[in-house]
Amino acid sequence: MADLFSLFVNSVFIGNILLAYFLGMCSFIAVSKNVETATGLGFAVIFVLTVTSPVNWFIYHGLLAPGALSWLGFPDLDLSFLKYITFIAVIAAIVQAVEMVIDRYSPTLYAGLGVFLPLIAVNCAILGTSLFMVERNYSLIETVVFGAGSGTGWMLAIVAMAAIRKKAMYADVPQGLQGFGFTMIIAGLMAMTFMMFSGITL
Amino acid sequence: MKPISEYKEILTKGIWTENPVAYQVLGICSALAVTVKMSTAIVMALALTMVTAFSSMIISMMRKRIPSNIRIIVELAVIASLVIVTDQILRAFLYDISKQLSIFVGLIITNCIVLGRAEAFALANPPVDSFVDGLANGLGYGLILVLVAFFRELLGSGKFFGFSVIPQFVYDLGFQDMGLMVLAPGAFFIIGLLVWLKNALPGVSHEKR
Repeated sequence: MADLFSLFVNSVFIGNILLAYFLGMCSFIAVSKNVETATGLGFAVIFVLTVTSPVNWFIYHGLLAPGALSWLGFPDLDLSFLKYITFIAVIAAIVQAVEMVIDRYSPTLYAGLGVFLPLIAVNCAILGTSLFMVERNYSLIETVVFGAGSGTGWMLAIVAMAAIRKKAMYADVPQGLQGFGFTMIIAGLMAMTFMMFSGITL
Repeated sequence: MKPISEYKEILTKGIWTENPVAYQVLGICSALAVTVKMSTAIVMALALTMVTAFSSMIISMMRKRIPSNIRIIVELAVIASLVIVTDQILRAFLYDISKQLSIFVGLIITNCIVLGRAEAFALANPPVDSFVDGLANGLGYGLILVLVAFFRELLGSGKFFGFSVIPQFVYDLGFQDMGLMVLAPGAFFIIGLLVWLKNALPGVSHEKR
């Protein structure tokens, strides 16, 4: 239990998927202009990550991993090279399904999240989490915790960034640095702040 | 065939005037995590250039046959297949570097540059043009990547391609490697400063706030 908690805290802060591994930058830069939309996208990412990572875990360990198909009589078959195309297809399909379910049962939530869901299918944070899960050999429970933690960390970062950018609209930024360059410098300072948690051991 | 000058224009647009990382704000995702060292950055840049060039060419060849409502899935399938091929080639010939690149080769699939060029250029232009456009955008991305890696490796560990280049007497005078450059924040700062530098140079389209 303590291990899982420590994994969660680690994936939220020290190993923040955005600020330490640079995943999900595109939407981070594009959607961090407004706190409400950033929060909406953040929740959508948490949700999709928590769903897709375990599904990809089952698919990888049940079908693709070396020797996973031994019950079919192929003990030497290694299909792990297919993980990229499988994971991206699974993610796109799940995002599509989630979109349809939300649209059917909760129109208010759909109105809030709907626009972001297609964006998420090509968000590298989602694919990156699934690939990290394979790379680091997580168990099923660890995968769920890691997925939820990464999503939470991503949301924390984008909401904080949106809030800072709103304040920074009144700042007197040098001409060439305005816009993208300035956002990157803020992200750098945020990354430093998040790294300070690395001294904490649980 | 078109005159060479037209291809040259596509090339300079991609590599410099509309450089994808700084101008189009695309594809930063995987750009930064592999820039701690020059060697990984160069391999990553080459891998991405190959994938962008060939995916643009293949998608452009199929552009009249792809139904527009499922085009994203078709594009992703083409890109993912090319990434698998690239990953297998790296594993076969550059095993150490492919280990260091870990998941970031796979993340080329979701790199916005590749999909962005397919959507914005390849769907409306013939294959040869699209190939050149993909090549140019890949190289422009590579230029930024290698530049960031150059500063991070030099300032962070005093090395260039793994060789120590800062002489010992500089260290004796009190110079120290900047540990921050090896860590994630260093990459953010260098990208921010590079964008500033690029906006200050003439001949480059300025970014809107």
